[in-house]
Amino acid sequence: MHPITPVRTYVLIWAILTILTFVTFYVSTKDLGPFNVVVALGIAAFKMSLVIWFFMHVKTDNPLTKLFVFAGFFWIAILLALTLGDYFSRAWMPLGKFW
Amino acid sequence: MADHAVAEHTPHLRHHFDDMHQQFDSATFGMWVFLLTEIMFFGGMFGAYTVYRSMYPDAFAATSNFMNPAFGAANTAVLIVSSLTMALAVRAAHLGQQKVLQLMLVLTMVFGTAFLVIKGFEYHEHWVDMKVPLFAGHWAWDGPNAPPQFAHQAQILFCFYFFMTGFHALHMVIGLGLMTTILVMARKGTFGPDYYAPVEVSGLYWHFVDIVWIFLFPLLYLIGHTKNLV
Repeated sequence: MHPITPVRTYVLIWAILTILTFVTFYVSTKDLGPFNVVVALGIAAFKMSLVIWFFMHVKTDNPLTKLFVFAGFFWIAILLALTLGDYFSRAWMPLGKFW
Repeated sequence: MADHAVAEHTPHLRHHFDDMHQQFDSATFGMWVFLLTEIMFFGGMFGAYTVYRSMYPDAFAATSNFMNPAFGAANTAVLIVSSLTMALAVRAAHLGQQKVLQLMLVLTMVFGTAFLVIKGFEYHEHWVDMKVPLFAGHWAWDGPNAPPQFAHQAQILFCFYFFMTGFHALHMVIGLGLMTTILVMARKGTFGPDYYAPVEVSGLYWHFVDIVWIFLFPLLYLIGHTKNLV
């Protein structure tokens, strides 16, 4: 079981999450070129980390649970990296006689 | 008969666990394993979205302008508040504060329902706006903000939009069902300092659904507002 988290901490995390929602909204009205998606996903990933670490108590979970949480997101990274690696590099290969 | 060491324990301890701590850790761990399968479920859709967006970045940006970020932002705010009340509900259960626990569960359900109501208004707007692909008579792609060369690809983004937000909304409905169950249990005084695992794991599910929305909001609503259209 987890130690009791003070109400202050939860409210602080909520405030940060709400502010970041406004930030992500505001930033989307600016054109940062290729960084549009980087900033949007960066903020979303940071918000996700706050929710997982504090609201979902992974901060005080045992190492086994921490490892599984990490594994879940590592799996998503594999999914996206290998899928995009395939799609981005398809055009680089000359079409062989079997196509 | 050998002497048994008969230990006093809470009636909530299942006998295949050593103690309440181990039982609690097993419950949260099991919930996380389930949430990993949920990551795979939504991950497939996010992966497909990524592939298509990388293929048609301009079409997706133009199409995103037909979504209403005010609805999306309001729903993000509502969902984050519901996550706060959920976290406070778990805390109250842990402390044995029955009244606070019930109040926080009710508030969580109120915010969850508000999310679905806002979503309903939004879907209705798309329906009236002729932005529902796959439904004959409810898709139209015209006007100054609808470049004709994107007529087909716009439907791809709206398909992603409806499938992803639709499955998310389905998860919200299931979450509300979970909260109802937990509320009924809470009203019977089931939870207290030594037994609150059901509240905790329901909270994990609720927060997970919140996280999915945290990504859906920027990826669906906010990709077009920086681009000058053709």
